[in-house]
Amino acid sequence: MARLTIDRAQKRFGSYLALDDVSLDVEDGEFLAVLGASGCGKTTLLRQIAGFDKLDGGTIRIGDRLVSSAETHIPPEHRKLGIVFQSYALWPHMTVAENVAYGLTVAGVRDPERARRVAAALDLVGLNGFAERRPGLLSGGQRQRVALARCLVTEPSLVLLDEPLANLDVHLRASMEDEFARFHERTGTTMVYITHDQAEAMALADRIAVMDRGRLLQLATPSALYREPANTTVASFIGEGMVLPAAVLSAPQAGRCRVSVLGVEAVVRCRPDQALSGQAKLCLRARDIGLAAADQAGVSAAVERLSYQGGFFRMEARPSAGADIVLHLDAAEPAPAQTGEAIRIAINDGWIIPDSDPLDKAA
Amino acid sequence: MSLADTATLRTRVEETGLLWGLVGLVALLSLLPIGRLVVEGLAPGGQLSTTALGKVLASPATWTATANSLVTAVAGTLLAVLIGGTVALLATLTDIRARNAFTFCFVLPLMIAPQVTALAWLQLFGPSSTLLKLVGMAPPLGSRNPLYSREGIILLLGLQYAPLIFLTLRAGLRALPKELIEAGLAAGASPLTVLRTVVLPLMTPPLVAGIALCFVSCLGNFGIPAFLGIPGNFLALPTLIYQRLAGLGPGVLSEVAILSLLIGIIAMAGILLQDFMMRRRDFRITTTSSAARPFELGRWRTPVEIALWTFAILVLALPFLGLLSTSLIPAFGVPLNLATATFANYAYVLFEHAASKRAFVNSFLMSAGAATAIVLICVPLGYFIVWKKSRALRLLNLAAELPYAMPGVVLAIAAILLFLRPIPVLNVTLYNTVWIIVFAYLARFLVLGLRPVISGYLQIDRTLEEAAQIAGAGLPRRLVTVIFPLVAPAAVAGALLVFLTAFNELTVSALLWSSGAETLGVVVFSFEQGGDSTYASALAAITVLVTVGLMLSTTLFAQRLPQGVLPWRD
Repeated sequence: MARLTIDRAQKRFGSYLALDDVSLDVEDGEFLAVLGASGCGKTTLLRQIAGFDKLDGGTIRIGDRLVSSAETHIPPEHRKLGIVFQSYALWPHMTVAENVAYGLTVAGVRDPERARRVAAALDLVGLNGFAERRPGLLSGGQRQRVALARCLVTEPSLVLLDEPLANLDVHLRASMEDEFARFHERTGTTMVYITHDQAEAMALADRIAVMDRGRLLQLATPSALYREPANTTVASFIGEGMVLPAAVLSAPQAGRCRVSVLGVEAVVRCRPDQALSGQAKLCLRARDIGLAAADQAGVSAAVERLSYQGGFFRMEARPSAGADIVLHLDAAEPAPAQTGEAIRIAINDGWIIPDSDPLDKAA
Repeated sequence: MSLADTATLRTRVEETGLLWGLVGLVALLSLLPIGRLVVEGLAPGGQLSTTALGKVLASPATWTATANSLVTAVAGTLLAVLIGGTVALLATLTDIRARNAFTFCFVLPLMIAPQVTALAWLQLFGPSSTLLKLVGMAPPLGSRNPLYSREGIILLLGLQYAPLIFLTLRAGLRALPKELIEAGLAAGASPLTVLRTVVLPLMTPPLVAGIALCFVSCLGNFGIPAFLGIPGNFLALPTLIYQRLAGLGPGVLSEVAILSLLIGIIAMAGILLQDFMMRRRDFRITTTSSAARPFELGRWRTPVEIALWTFAILVLALPFLGLLSTSLIPAFGVPLNLATATFANYAYVLFEHAASKRAFVNSFLMSAGAATAIVLICVPLGYFIVWKKSRALRLLNLAAELPYAMPGVVLAIAAILLFLRPIPVLNVTLYNTVWIIVFAYLARFLVLGLRPVISGYLQIDRTLEEAAQIAGAGLPRRLVTVIFPLVAPAAVAGALLVFLTAFNELTVSALLWSSGAETLGVVVFSFEQGGDSTYASALAAITVLVTVGLMLSTTLFAQRLPQGVLPWRD
């Protein structure tokens, strides 16, 4: 088990800054997901931790050991970590057992100890009857399990998972997700899980690091990320958040304050130190808003589009006070309004995005 | 230092050591010989002097040979373009059947030694043609074999290298996205119009590349002008060098060095011209999709197939029947029939003639040794070139091409200059041993082995190597346990190309051989020069059988090969 400490990591490809002062700390035994769209730098980050590329600035430490900096570079073969690759990277010329045994052989572990540990690892992933097969004859899920067994047989202190579910069918993903969670529970290994799928990250991770254009935008628990996004990019990326201009009218009381948004007043969540401001940003989720009751204040808007989602409708509406804003909310069957009709939308909850967030340099 | 630091240090030493070892080796094989040659041309015997240069340039023989070389190379290339281009278009773009078998037959002449082709054609025509006698069509005795002429050389060069044009053009046609053809057809153009306005213009790059390759090959060819030109005293640059070197005297080395530099300069001019032509227009193809659906020939299909196969039989089967029939008669001029047919020539070259027996062993061991060594060099070399993107090695990748792009005599002369005197410090003499030929094979054929290995690497998912690295394996172990097994099919293909080419070559060994270090090519050549056409034919027939047998054996592992690494596989 080991902590992973990344301090102000920088990586350039030519003039392009692929990692821009990324700092994060992964606790011993923690399951950290690194989440972002493709090209955000998450794979670059993984390759830095693994040591496939050299760092241009900053440091990476595994446990107490400095493994990467502009001057130091411990090659991947001496970092003692495990990786599950997106493509599984199983060696086609070796059997399943030989694939799993490779790391032990390299480390000088000999039979019968080696055979015992390979059998135990295959047992753990439920593949004990497959030892003599070639990887080419296995299904996608089975290959994934072999890759997992190969990665864990050497008991690495840190395991990196590079979009391990991206190549699997939807129904296989759910069961592999469970498998990863069980593994983490059983082994207590520190895990860094790279993904572009927020549902996957939310379901598995203790904490999630959201990345965009080489920068770390926010590092928080899944719930904090969803409920209290630190900046507008995270707010709109996670859970299809809507970001609206708002004015903070009152000082926070018990974590809430009064705001004015789209011409109506509402009470929403905010930081305890939230200052009064005329230029705040409000993050709304679809579940935070709904059709206003007759006696409730509401934003008047016109329905632009209704799409049936099975059991309920997703309703998109354009407020009359903000021509470039589209609100989306869920409405129960049967549809309460048709396209083109006027509705009133009540704002029941929301989150004032902290306006002075040090992570959000671009804002 | 901690244990971990020592391990890291060892890894670094292993990797940089291997890298610089390879850099040194490639430089030794490619840059050193060419550099030595240039030095000799400018400063013969170590002293700056223009005497040799002046002598060579003032000699009328130099310019006659240069003109002969240029004329035969240009005309041979034109013929090759005509034949290879037409066949490539027909065999790639249309729906003819048995494409694989046809490709194999059409590409075969390229894999057979030029001197064997020359010998086979000589046996086919001429007054003593065993085959023509068999059908009673032999020219009257005393008449000259029509192939002993400039036109004969041009014809055989064209036939020998038409497959080169065929191969480069076919690779280009395969990469042509089908949308480009379909868009033309959809716009209402007929297939012939699409061919003229879309396909051919886009095929300029492979065609020009093929032409350059073909020109350099024709220019450097030794076997064909040696067999067809020397009897009629029609000398090209490579045969002039051979004759000069045979009459070894003081200062002759500097003269042949200058002559071979002259060939090198002409070859380079051809390659630069290709480069210049490619820069003038944009030929980039934007989409990548599956290959085009073949044009349906309809009722023309059978006639086209008959024409193609007739051609293949004419250029392939007939000459080799000529070769075979000559190899079966007891003495040159005796007609072949059931009573005269004999295997005595085969028995003689296989079991009796000492030099010929040695040549089998020499050619086999040297070719196999060169092929093995080249694979052992190319697998780590390809690793650094493709995956480590090492800049030093990418430059050396170009350097490795140099000895192959240069005509073979150029390299042979360079090797003589390098090894005539004992190697300093070691005090070992390679000259007049098999090792000078092995060195020349390594230098000249390195790139033949490297190309398939590089395309093999490009096909492998690199995470397979990274997974081994993460498991703790250092580079030497990764090379042996993971990388080598993965590139093995491509490496074997490369080794086979090297083996076949070296096994059949004459150009290099004709200048480097010595008693005891004969190659098959040299022995066939000396049999023919000594008038022993029957022995020469028997020996040549055996090499053809070995070559075809090895080529056919590749079907066994063809499925595991990257497309296009073996020229004769469709």
